[in-house]
Amino acid sequence: MSTATIAQKTIEIDQEGFMKDHTQWNEDIARELAKLEGIDELTDPHWAIIRLMRKEYEEKGDGPSIRRLTKESGVPIKELYQLFPKGPAKKAAKIAGIPKPTGCI
Amino acid sequence: MNNQDTQTLPSDIPQIKSPTIKKVSIVISRGSLDGVYPGLIMANGARMEGIEATLFFTFFGLEAITNNKMDDLKVATVGNPAMHIPTLLGGLPGMSSFATRKMKQQMEELDIPPIREFIGMIHDSGADIYACKASVDMFGLTKEDFCPQVEDIISVGYFYELSENAQIIFT
Repeated sequence: MSTATIAQKTIEIDQEGFMKDHTQWNEDIARELAKLEGIDELTDPHWAIIRLMRKEYEEKGDGPSIRRLTKESGVPIKELYQLFPKGPAKKAAKIAGIPKPTGCI
Repeated sequence: MNNQDTQTLPSDIPQIKSPTIKKVSIVISRGSLDGVYPGLIMANGARMEGIEATLFFTFFGLEAITNNKMDDLKVATVGNPAMHIPTLLGGLPGMSSFATRKMKQQMEELDIPPIREFIGMIHDSGADIYACKASVDMFGLTKEDFCPQVEDIISVGYFYELSENAQIIFT
């Protein structure tokens, strides 16, 4: 399973559905990916995190750790877990169209 | 990587796999920096994967949640062969502080937070933090001595009750 069609676009994905090429991403894809992960509606706070994930990935080549995510976004950890239940860094990365972050913290 | 628990929804994109481990209980029994961090990293990592986590601090591990101690934990330079310095040198005044400073610098670069911040992060990510009753009594401590993230002081028996269906990890 290496390609999939979502929001009328064909994207390359890995085994867990993370996009392999973040340039193929758009906001419609994000909305669809969010639904797949159980987030029915992306609100402004969601989008802020998604954009931050993409920015960090573009600058550093890896998605941010949970600590960097909370520091840079100013969103408290508790809220991150509410916005993206069961693993904010992973879920936000998937919806943001970047690979799974590799950091441990 | 196996594909077993990859659920495929109508669109052909798989969901993020949920780990087969659902719950962990991590015991932290040591009071050196190098004794405390592994357990904290594992607890935080569990929450990041959506795994339930309970932290149980016992014996010298209590230092990591004791208000006036938790900011001053040190790396053990004596009796620690992995430091690769002779035992006698490791015992010189200032050695432990030096090694601790070095380690803290490296950790900051790796985005590993200081103990107090880390405990706060882990608590806010939904893990429960407990102190061991037997050790608390032995050291003559009370709930007021601990950081506010400590839920309660509990017995070993209650710890096992809370750990039903959990993997117990002793560090």
